[in-house]
Amino acid sequence: MNSLILRVVGRLLVPLMLLFSVFLLLRGHNEPGGGFVGGLMAVGAFGLYSLTYGVATARKALFVDPRTLVGLGLLLAVISGFGAAFIDAPYLTGVWFVWDLAPDFTLHVGTPTVFDVGVYLVVIGGVLMALFSVEDD
Amino acid sequence: MSWLLLSPMLIPFLGASVAFLAWNRPRFGQVVGVVSAVLLLITSVALLLDVHANGIRVVQAANWEAPFGISFVADHLSAIMVVLTAIIGLATIVYSLFDINRERTYYGYYPLLLTLLFGVNGAFLTGDLFNLYVWFEVLLLASFVLMSLGGTRPQLDGTLKYVFINLLASALLLVAIGLTYGMTGTLNMADLAVKLPLVENSGLVTAVATMFLIAFGIKAGIFPLFAWLPASYHTPPVAVSAIFAGLLTKVGVYTLIRAFTLLFTQDVGYTHQLLLWAAGLTMLTGVLGAAAQFEIRRILSWHIISQIGYMIMGLALYTPLALVGAVFYITHHIIVKANLFFVGGIIKRLTGSFELEETGGLYKASPLLAVLFLIPAFSLAGFPPLSGFWPKYILFRAGLEVESYLIVAVALITGILTTFSMTKIWAQAFWKGTPEGAARPVRGSRFRELRALYLPVMFLAGITIVIGVYAQPFLELAQASAAELLDSRAYVESVLGEGAYDPVLALTGSELGVAP
Amino acid sequence: MEWILAIVSGFIFACTLYLMLSRNLLRFVFGLSLLTNAGNLVIFTAGRVTRAAPPLIEEGATTAAATTANPLPQALILTAIVIGFGLLVFSIVLAYRNFEEMNTMDPDSIRVAEPLDETDKDAGDVRIEGAEVRT
Repeated sequence: MNSLILRVVGRLLVPLMLLFSVFLLLRGHNEPGGGFVGGLMAVGAFGLYSLTYGVATARKALFVDPRTLVGLGLLLAVISGFGAAFIDAPYLTGVWFVWDLAPDFTLHVGTPTVFDVGVYLVVIGGVLMALFSVEDD
Repeated sequence: MSWLLLSPMLIPFLGASVAFLAWNRPRFGQVVGVVSAVLLLITSVALLLDVHANGIRVVQAANWEAPFGISFVADHLSAIMVVLTAIIGLATIVYSLFDINRERTYYGYYPLLLTLLFGVNGAFLTGDLFNLYVWFEVLLLASFVLMSLGGTRPQLDGTLKYVFINLLASALLLVAIGLTYGMTGTLNMADLAVKLPLVENSGLVTAVATMFLIAFGIKAGIFPLFAWLPASYHTPPVAVSAIFAGLLTKVGVYTLIRAFTLLFTQDVGYTHQLLLWAAGLTMLTGVLGAAAQFEIRRILSWHIISQIGYMIMGLALYTPLALVGAVFYITHHIIVKANLFFVGGIIKRLTGSFELEETGGLYKASPLLAVLFLIPAFSLAGFPPLSGFWPKYILFRAGLEVESYLIVAVALITGILTTFSMTKIWAQAFWKGTPEGAARPVRGSRFRELRALYLPVMFLAGITIVIGVYAQPFLELAQASAAELLDSRAYVESVLGEGAYDPVLALTGSELGVAP
Repeated sequence: MEWILAIVSGFIFACTLYLMLSRNLLRFVFGLSLLTNAGNLVIFTAGRVTRAAPPLIEEGATTAAATTANPLPQALILTAIVIGFGLLVFSIVLAYRNFEEMNTMDPDSIRVAEPLDETDKDAGDVRIEGAEVRT
């Protein structure tokens, strides 16, 4: 689609949407958001990009093949569950690391976060796979 | 301990994700597939032995306590099904090494196959109704893509019908689950087994039970909900057809058995009578449909339906002996049915066609294949001493014991017609000479070239003979699972803890805040 | 309150059935997406509609202070939405690929896998000339 408006707006919106998708992903654990929504937002960004500049350019902008993203995401998700083995709990039990970085700021990083990142990647890869295959024709 | 129970899910999942990651290295995908399948077989046998020795095994995923989190439960039936999945998975992956072309491998065949095994095992092991829905969707999504992979026109047509009818069933299942939750306030199957009998409005329970019957019935392919099966199962490559034929409808049968022994036993007179009618009609329509077909894969597809009827018959009669027959029948059927599809694939390789008219001369050209066809074919028809004889014998006896002569008569007629179908393939593809319009002349067995196809067939044929000749341990396993199915006390107590089985106590013990 | 939702979900089911029976693949896909939503609405209603506090526990406390709304149906629906989304994406792609190959949206005229007679095997090809899409 060769539209000047879309290209100008797209250039502005795509980075914003990608940034927002990461924000949604990280916010997800205690507040509305998460891997699925974040992933969809990122898919929206790449979808918009592919509409404006064509699928080939969008594929290039993604750097990796969507299938690799699916594989990576699945792997992250399944590995995150094994964290429970170290605290002798059943599979998928959350393991949390807490760092006091500043007086009023503690960083919680845990295996559920890794799981969420996995979901994020699977959603991006899976939906983009379908989207690109339809748009290609 | 918990890792052994979860390994039937974790191994294929891990394999699938690694193989997905290396999607552009098809060889690597094949290696990952074979390795995962072997590991899966080893761990699932270990799980079955463990369950047989120590009783029902339970894991509360992510450490959430029983009715609140998701429980994974391995009783005899689940463990048997998981072992069968592993056997068929291994056979299919080895068969695929030759049968699946490079293009399909490149588009993620092995990761998808492993995802399918992941979903099937999850469905067998979960102890939570909603989680069961999720597993169904996992295995369905993998099966959708597997069925359409390659994108030939018949495949697209078949997938269309397969996908849309199955999605309809899933939606129905979702609604039924929602209503169950509304009645009881829980979705943990053990908890449901305690709380469903206490629901005052028993008519509603029966209505919901019927919804489950329809949803699972579509997936199992019982009468009159099977139309999608003969429309789609003959379209994908043989390896895919075989694993679908062996496993997928049996997931439906497994869930039917689970639902109508553990959960919905309040109105047996209605629900199980309905099942009995469905069983008889399933057998008859399936076998008559097969009699009208002259394409090997389509004959076999119709036979899946008629065989489902036998399993449902065992469930519907609802006596200890009948359930033993049903479980034994599933064991025998999964192996034999997948094997017949595999043999069909070799027939196609040797003669160039699936159409019976265009095949022939195989008995003379390949006595090896003739023997390998006769073993599963006669087993399917129920000839002693092969594996099909025992479950049929048990089911007939169970039918006669409760004096349901009609269903036994139907089952006998179906058996005879099955023999007819198998002799039809035998006479046309093996006995008859090479026909005029044959696609290509048959030149021997080509064993050396097609060994990746022959090996799984031999492996499964060997299991068929072992089950037939040395049936005692298999019978014992089936008896143990039937005993567990009929008395849900052990299941409930191993999930919820000691003393949970007393219905009144359970209600006051864990009040969920949802008034029925 | 529940009875309104019950009627609404019943109405959506009716729409779904109408769409699914109208012999057009695209309408069938629309029907499917509606069907999942109707199912979600049933779960939502089955979880009881109550006016209550959100199911959050105050920091330091071990139980919720007031009667809280039931959090489980939302979790179930969220899962169902995610799954429904994935399946919808697949069915749209599938319906589109079918249209490309067979040049028809009428499921009754697609008989490649189960030909009624020999001519049916090529039925899709014949249709390319008079490609009709019922809307």
